[in-house]
Amino acid sequence: MARLRGRGYASVNYPTGMNLGGDPSQALIHATTTGTFVISLSSVDLGQGIKTIAAQCAAETLGLPIGNVLVDTADTDTGPHCMGTFASRGTHRVGNAVIMAAAEARAVMLEVAAEELEVDAGDLETDGTGFIRLKGAQEKGIHITDLALAAHFKHGRTISGRGIYLKEPSAPVPETGEMDPDSCQAHACTAAVVEVDDETGVVEVLELYNAYEVGRALNPAMATQQVEGGAWMGVSHALFETTEPYYPRRDHGPRDFAGYLMPGPADIPLQHSLFLERPAANGPYGAKGIGEMTANAPIPAIANAIFDACGVRLDTMPFTPERVLRGLDALHG
Amino acid sequence: MPSQIVSLVVNGEQREFIAAPGATLLASLRESLGLTAAKRGCAQGACGTCTVLVDGRPEVSCLVAVETVAGRSIRTLEGVAAGGELDEVQSAFVDCFATQCGFCTAGMIMVAEALLDRNPDPSDEDVVEAISGNVCRCTGYRPIVIAILEAARRRREQAPQEVASR
Ligand code: FES
Ligand code: FES
Repeated sequence: MARLRGRGYASVNYPTGMNLGGDPSQALIHATTTGTFVISLSSVDLGQGIKTIAAQCAAETLGLPIGNVLVDTADTDTGPHCMGTFASRGTHRVGNAVIMAAAEARAVMLEVAAEELEVDAGDLETDGTGFIRLKGAQEKGIHITDLALAAHFKHGRTISGRGIYLKEPSAPVPETGEMDPDSCQAHACTAAVVEVDDETGVVEVLELYNAYEVGRALNPAMATQQVEGGAWMGVSHALFETTEPYYPRRDHGPRDFAGYLMPGPADIPLQHSLFLERPAANGPYGAKGIGEMTANAPIPAIANAIFDACGVRLDTMPFTPERVLRGLDALHG
Repeated sequence: MPSQIVSLVVNGEQREFIAAPGATLLASLRESLGLTAAKRGCAQGACGTCTVLVDGRPEVSCLVAVETVAGRSIRTLEGVAAGGELDEVQSAFVDCFATQCGFCTAGMIMVAEALLDRNPDPSDEDVVEAISGNVCRCTGYRPIVIAILEAARRRREQAPQEVASR
């Protein structure tokens, strides 16, 4: 009767976006009269943070404070087209579209500023605090609020931009099967430390070590949240969740949260997460997708750790006490 | 049983409305009073996202028949941000990235408020126990536990100053 400790690891390569018939997303951006840049998207934020990432990409490209950016994802009927937030594609596709739209808007912004200041647009720069200034002559400048007002009421200009990112369809070469199915791939590895109780069959995940190569973590705190929240879901799939229980009849299956088990706040492992950043050439500021892959590596890592702990090789999820005990019986008779 | 007029003290304000027979506190808050912070997750008391405080105690409002709490004092998330300012729990949730989709957040904050009201210096285990009836599908719980401990710390730090300034 012992609690047996084991360690295991697993890796995952995960494609960003999809191919099929091509994979586009659009973004539109325009300045209000007071210099707020409104990004119109049909990409939905369901908690993954696409609004934050879109605002960051726009602010960085425009050279303006993030407070000058407003993201509007109000209506998929009337907004610019987005294929959707799935396939870990949001940051990559939408980020690129936003950067393209913001770059076009920035060019107009500098043109209007050049007219207003009677200088050459090429000699202007943004200072990141809301001013557009003449390079080398910092006292000559204009704030974006004054500039946006002047654009509307004096110059009759719209400070706006259009953006789209399209991953073109790629049909397989018949002879070789060769194709280009995704834009880039993110990579990750998780090491799990578990304890298996050889009397009860209960598996406890004590620690997870997560290493993620995601091109660039545009928002490291949110990326960490994604990794650790996803790992929780991985633990949940590994040890708890099933709609097909091993009881004889289907109607013994779970119908609610009392029967459909998930780890609660007392069941969670200690997590250590780090990012390796190798910017993707086609990613927005180098970013790749990181959404779905975060639940993947923990599951085989936990299976391997169970094998290391007690010699039982489980290949069906979830790794329930019953399966662990049956495995131990098969090993030791 | 006919519909009846029910009166509650909601976030310090006397509110009266007509409740259909069997209406839950959750449905009354959301549909009769327009207070939609408390969410309907499971409607059977198992997820905690509908949690509100009844006379200071956390209750899953989906299981409370509204006439059974007539006249009582109800606190919802809408009543937490005094004068539009986030309180310590809310601002700690923001600062500690304790929310992703936000569906669990209203319930988590209300159980945290109840916990900190009766125990200003909770341990890690106290926090885990307090939120153990609340399901979160996104965060993995740890950021929520950290945020509640942080809120407790901020509130303790503030308390002596408030006393001093009186
Ligand atoms: S909706 Fe009330 S506990 Fe789930
Ligand atoms: S933040 Fe999504 S359920 Fe908790």
